[in-house]
This record gives sequence, structure tokens and C-alpha cells, in this order.
Amino acid sequence: MSSASASPTLDQLLAPYMGQGRTMLLPALHAVQQAQGHIGFEAATAIARALDVPVADVFGVVEFYALFSAEPRGQHTIRVCHGPVCRAHGADQVAQALSAHLGVAEGETTPDGQWTLERFPCLGLCEHAPAVLVDDRAVAPADPAHPEAVLHPTPEDEPKPVVGGSVRVLTAWEDPTQPRSLRAYRAAGGYRALEQNLPAEEIVARVKASGLFGRGGAAFPTGLKWQFAAQAPAQPKYVVVNADESEPGTFKDRALLEADPHAVLEGALLAARAIAAEKIYIYLRGEYGRAYRILQRALHEARDAGFVGPQAGVEVEIRRGAGAYVCGEETALFESIEGKRGFPRLKPPYPTTHGLFGRPTVINNVETLAAVPFIVREGPDAYRAWGTDESPGPKLFPVSGDVARPGVYEAPFGITLGELLELAGGPRGEVQAILLGGAAGFFVGPDALQVPLTLEDLRAAGLALGSAAVMVFNTQRDLRQVLLDVAHFFAEESCGKCYPCQLGTQRQYELLQRIFAGRAQPQDLALLDDVGWTMTDASLCGLGQTAANAVLSAKRLWPHLFEAGSEDA
Amino acid sequence: MADTVRLTIDGQEVTVPAGSTLLQAAQAAGREVPTLCYHEALTPPGLCRLCVVEVDGARTLQAACVTEARDGAVVHTRSPRVERARRTTLAMLASATNLDEAPQLQAYLQDYAADPAAFGPVARREYPLIDDNPMYVRDYSQCVLCWRCVQACATDAQYVFALTFAGRGFHTRISTAYGVSMPESPCVFCGQCVAVCPTGALKPRRTFLLEQGYTPEQLAHYAAVDHDAVHPPATHYAGQV
Ligand SMILES: Cc1cc2nc3c(=O)[nH]c(=O)nc-3n(C[C@H](O)[C@H](O)[C@H](O)COP(=O)(O)O)c2cc1C
Ligand code: SF4
Ligand code: SF4
Repeated sequence: MSSASASPTLDQLLAPYMGQGRTMLLPALHAVQQAQGHIGFEAATAIARALDVPVADVFGVVEFYALFSAEPRGQHTIRVCHGPVCRAHGADQVAQALSAHLGVAEGETTPDGQWTLERFPCLGLCEHAPAVLVDDRAVAPADPAHPEAVLHPTPEDEPKPVVGGSVRVLTAWEDPTQPRSLRAYRAAGGYRALEQNLPAEEIVARVKASGLFGRGGAAFPTGLKWQFAAQAPAQPKYVVVNADESEPGTFKDRALLEADPHAVLEGALLAARAIAAEKIYIYLRGEYGRAYRILQRALHEARDAGFVGPQAGVEVEIRRGAGAYVCGEETALFESIEGKRGFPRLKPPYPTTHGLFGRPTVINNVETLAAVPFIVREGPDAYRAWGTDESPGPKLFPVSGDVARPGVYEAPFGITLGELLELAGGPRGEVQAILLGGAAGFFVGPDALQVPLTLEDLRAAGLALGSAAVMVFNTQRDLRQVLLDVAHFFAEESCGKCYPCQLGTQRQYELLQRIFAGRAQPQDLALLDDVGWTMTDASLCGLGQTAANAVLSAKRLWPHLFEAGSEDA
Repeated sequence: MADTVRLTIDGQEVTVPAGSTLLQAAQAAGREVPTLCYHEALTPPGLCRLCVVEVDGARTLQAACVTEARDGAVVHTRSPRVERARRTTLAMLASATNLDEAPQLQAYLQDYAADPAAFGPVARREYPLIDDNPMYVRDYSQCVLCWRCVQACATDAQYVFALTFAGRGFHTRISTAYGVSMPESPCVFCGQCVAVCPTGALKPRRTFLLEQGYTPEQLAHYAAVDHDAVHPPATHYAGQV
């Protein structure tokens, strides 16, 4: 092997991060993981020295994130998605085919050290189910008849966003399979809002007047959040783009990032101007390889055009997550950027005063920010032309499962669930159940197709918008399996900090396994309620507080699923 | 700003200094609120959630140890919601972890009629005892993941950073970097972690050996022949690593 192609030494790998402190821990770990296939003791010690972090903490961080491994792995890692939609669409067959082809079981590495086969909780490719990730390239749908092809994906094979809808505001581009270039974005009015150089107060005023609220799940009014951060006295301030999108059934942010990265960038730059922040972090889900490459290129373009950089007075840095759903929770995300395990913080204090690095921070979802350029450019009234008073504007809905054309659909708030399914080509088969709002959302039956999708209507129906994910299961699907997959997801993704969720996600999964296998003990149904309500009521963060929603709502709607002797109901 | 706040706890009005926690306010009202991870000398991590109370108007229960007492708040320390959360959390904890040497937790289990056996055969966190240094032994089968030892070893006291977490979720465990033995770690054997541990997970090696049936005389004898301290035959107790 010539020295040019020899793998880089630890010193070479760590040179870019040397002396930059703990915040560079995840980037350094990514570099070592990629080059060496794992992060061993020697590498961890070198990283600890380079970044001035205790080696125990380096190990603790490696252990937290699913994409890092303290143990040697194969040259390549194959991750088979086991989210509820992929599972209902043949994930098991794909895993079996790969396992047979490679001659290893899940969790094992081939004897030649080439391939490690793993099951993964969710890959965020639900519209292309069943999905597989080979290193950082996605293959979806993966064909169990051709395992060899699954192992060698090409860039052309990579799944691209499928986008449609009844309005095209956030999705006003022509081709979702190609990232809209800076030139095309500008030709459509892009960056004009930024170039207007409006005073900060005016930007905040327009966003407030538009009624825009957060699209990450908590539905907090965006303008108010910006106002709080703008008024916070401490400096410096930060804007964080939450692009961690890891909720099963949710893939709308990926569509935006891959098709229109500049809209997200411009929204974040407007937020930075509104609160006088000089630094923007984009925290991108680690599994989103294509979005990462596209975003890097877009950032380059924006820098060349002078929107980002010293003369613009604002810097943008992309940080990659490393496989932890909880890092989408805003304070866990800050911890992650700071180079720590993704443990959510206690709130208050809130991010607008004590966010990233303890400084005033605006953190917004990708879709929230992508709506901002339109609002600032065209004005709040133009935005309010869609939707209702309380839920104004257009909205992206990721629709997956049993519909004719799974994809991301843009529609005004107020569209009914049934109309939304029609946008996606209509249900395939007869609708049995819909999981609304992501894995953290609630189950509804076909009678809910009339419900208008707005904050107020969903609240009145005892539901929540959540991530706006719509997962459709027809009468052919085994709902018990779906519930097991959801419960397993939360058990895998609980950070382990607080007791109700650390213990409850595990017990919920075990109870369901027992109940569905017909091995229930007399008290198990009552225990399932106790565990579910305790997580909902007493957990520290939103992960635990929503980990029982799907199970408890299914139990209310379809009690027979949980009864003994109805295994074939 | 007023320097006191008035609130109602279980129907009783109390006045406490502004900035007090609900835990302090409840104690001022003479109400007992169970705690586990909370330790006066350490940063409260607010994670065990045993101290949760119901505050009128709040969507979820609030951890009393880290929630500020607000003027006019109406707080219930043993409402049905509180009872259910504490009972279930305690039962789940005892179904996962050996609490035999945690008398305070045993008392809570009784008080809340928590029944760990109701969970039947479920995964438990069982690990071999680690006896790798002369000062203390570690039995993580008794660890409740309260974070106290990690905090004491890190920025709450020692700045030694010998301890961290491995795994996550239910399978989280306290560990050194890559599981190296305590003498190979930066540990300075200050004993702070042992002092703050609320269960039998961390205990002085001498205590442990006495429990195993050694007499003080035997231990003195071993200490005399082996200046590393005491090294009785390893075969004497099970589960040694
Ligand atoms: C477990 C968990 C996961 C989350 N994941 C995401 C996510 O992937 N993307 C996101 O924007 N918000 C996520 N959130 C919500 C964020 O905490 C936060 O509310 C949001 O980023 C704020 O932005 P917004 O106001 O624009 O919605 C998550 C919350 C929880 C509790
Ligand atoms: S609710 Fe779950 S994810 Fe959130 S802090 Fe508690 S254990 Fe961690
Ligand atoms: S070893 Fe003791 S102090 Fe440390 S986390 Fe476990 S129970 Fe708490």
C-alpha cells in the first residue's frame, strides 16, 4: 500500500479539531469512527488529550450514540430500519435476505471484517420503506431478492424526496429530486427578504403577525420565541436549526433540506438577524447523508454569495448527530453540540435565556425556518391567506404506509385527514388505523378521517399535531406488531436519565410482548396503564411524556387487541 | 420583589423565602416528600422523579426538588396522580434493581404499597460484583443510577472524572472509561462516591469483607502480610470479577 492511500494516523485525523475543546467531540468521533470503524481506548485517549476532555467522558459519549462504537466493527455497517412502517413493509425479509447473503446474524460481522449487519430503530425513510443504510448511503426501497445490490448503493439509487400537495408555498420548487440551486432560489425571490435589511424588530413583528408556530412538535409561537431571545441581555446569542428529525413517520425536514436548502438557510439567517446572533448551528440527523452533502454545497454557495461569512457578520456551522432520537429535544441537542451525552436538561431555564453554551438561543425546526422567508418577503397577511386564525399557513405532512403515493404533502391547515390521504393517492386497501403525529402521537381509526388538521380541532379531539406525521395501516397489517415496534423504539431511544422513562419504556415493551403473546398475567393491563400514565405524567422530557401515547390510545380504541384469546382478531 | 412567597400545600398555607423549592416549601408545611437522587451537597439532577407533586394548572407533575415555589401556587403532595406515579416508579425500580441494602427505599416501597413482584419475570439489571481495588467494592446490581457518584467525582466535588455512563436507557450503567479497573482509572480513592451512594452499590471493602464473615482480626492479619490492604482468598465470595 502506498503511503498516499494509507489510512490516516490519529494525529492526522484529529488535527482539524486540536485545541478546540469539548464542543468538537462529536465531529472528532465521527472522523475516527469513519476512518477506524470504531473508537477504541487509544483513540479515545488521543481525542481526550486533543480536546481537553476526560477520557471517561469521551467513552460515555461514544456509548450514548448509536452511530459510534467502542468495539471494532466491520469496514462497512449495514443498518436495516425497523421502524413501524418499514417493519410493516418487509424489513424482516430484507434483514433475513442480507443475513443469508452475508452468512451472519444481526449484530454480527462477516469473518473477513467487511460487513457488520445491524437493525436500526428508524432511518427516516418511511416513504421508501423498507429502508437500509449502508455506511452513509441509503437504499430504499431495499429489494430482498437482490441483497448484493443493497450492499453497493450508488448515488443514483439514493432515495429522493417525493413531494406533492394542494398548495406550493414551502414546496414551490419544480423538481424535488434535485436541490434547488442558489441561482434558481434567487430567481424565485429567494434571499430578497434578507437583502431588504429590515430592522430586527420588524422581522420579529412580521413573524409574530403571521401566527407562525413551531413545526417541531411543541407548536410554540415562533415570533414570541424570537422576541424573548432578542430581549435577553446576555451575549453572544445563537440560532440553532433543529434538523435532527428522528421521529418514526417523519421525513418532511429531509425533503426541505434536500430540495430547497437555501430556504432553510435564509430562514435561519433571518432569525439570526432578528435576535442579533452571530453564529448559527445546523444540527443535522447523523443518518441523513444526502442531506448533509446537499447542505454543505448550499452553505458554500451562500458563503460565496456573501450571505454567510465575516462580511455578513454571521457564521454557519453544520453539526451531525450520531444516532439518538432524544437529541431532537432542544436541550439534549444543546448538550450534544457541547460534546456531551444527549441528556435533556431541566426546564426552566428555557433556551431563549439559557440555551446553547448557556446563552440566549433560538432553536427552530427546519420547516418553521423555511416558512420565514416567505412571511418576511410577502408579509403576514399573504401567509394568513391559508389555514385558520389559530393555525395559519400551509403545512407539510409526511404521509407513509398504506397510501398509493407515500411522500411529503403540502396543504393548508384545515385540510381533513381524509383529504390529505387523497392527496397521497388515497389509501391502499381499507384503512384500519392511522398513527397521527409520529411515534409519539396517537392512534385514530377510520372515523377520524373527517377531522380537520388544525391545532384547535386536534386538541378538541384529544389528539395532537406532533410532527404532523401520518402513518397509515390497512386491514392487512398487524397492529400488535406496530405497537411492539413503537414500544421498542422508545425503549431503545430513552436516554436513561429519569426513572419513569428509563424503566417505563422497558416495562411497557415487556408487558406488550407478554400480552400479545397470550402470556398476560391478570394484572398486566392495569400495569400497562400505570406505567403509561407514570411516563406521561412524571417523565423529565417530552420523550417519556409521549412514549405511551400510541399504546394508551390503541388500548382505548381497540381493547380487544389487548385481550387474551384474541390472537387472531 | 417580595422576599417571601405564599403558597398552599395540601390545603395548608405556608410562607417561605422567595427562591425556595417546592421541596423546601413542603418541608416547611410539615409534609414529607420522598427523594432519592437529591443530595444537599450536589447539583440536583431532578431525575428520580420520586418527589413529584401536583401543581394546579401544570400539565404534568413537577419534581419538587428543582421546582421553584411560586406565589399563590396550589400544590398537592399526595394526590392520586402523585400516588400512582410514585408507586409505579418505585415498583419499577425495585423490579430492576436489588434494593435490599437501601432501607430508605424499602420504607418508601411500603409507604406507597409498591409491588415489584407484580411485574413478574422481567429484565433485571444484574452485574457481577467488581472488587478491583483495596478501598471499595462496586456492586452495580444495587445501583439506582442516581448520578451522585458521577457528580461527586466530577464537577460537584473532586474534578477527577473517573466515572461516566455506559449504555443508555434501561441498560445505562456507571462505568470507568472502557471499563478499566479503578486503579487504572484516574481515581484517587477519595471515597466521595462511596459516601454519597444511597444504596449498597458502593461500599468500603472492609465493610464488605466483614459482611462476608471475616473477623476484624483476620482482616488485620491479612493487612499485616499484604500491605496493599486486605486480600482474603477470592474463592470466599461469589461473583468476583
Ligand atoms: C424526544 C423529542 C424529540 C424531538 N425531536 C425533534 C426534531 O427532530 N426536530 C425538531 O424540530 N424538534 C424536535 N423536538 C422538539 C424540540 O424540542 C423543539 O421544541 C423544537 O425544535 C423547537 O422548534 P420549533 O418551535 O420551530 O418547533 C423534539 C422533542 C422531543 C421531546
Ligand atoms: S423522559 Fe426519557 S428521554 Fe427524557 S430525560 Fe427522561 S429518560 Fe431521558
Ligand atoms: S453507584 Fe451509587 S451513587 Fe453511583 S449512581 Fe449508582 S446508586 Fe448512585
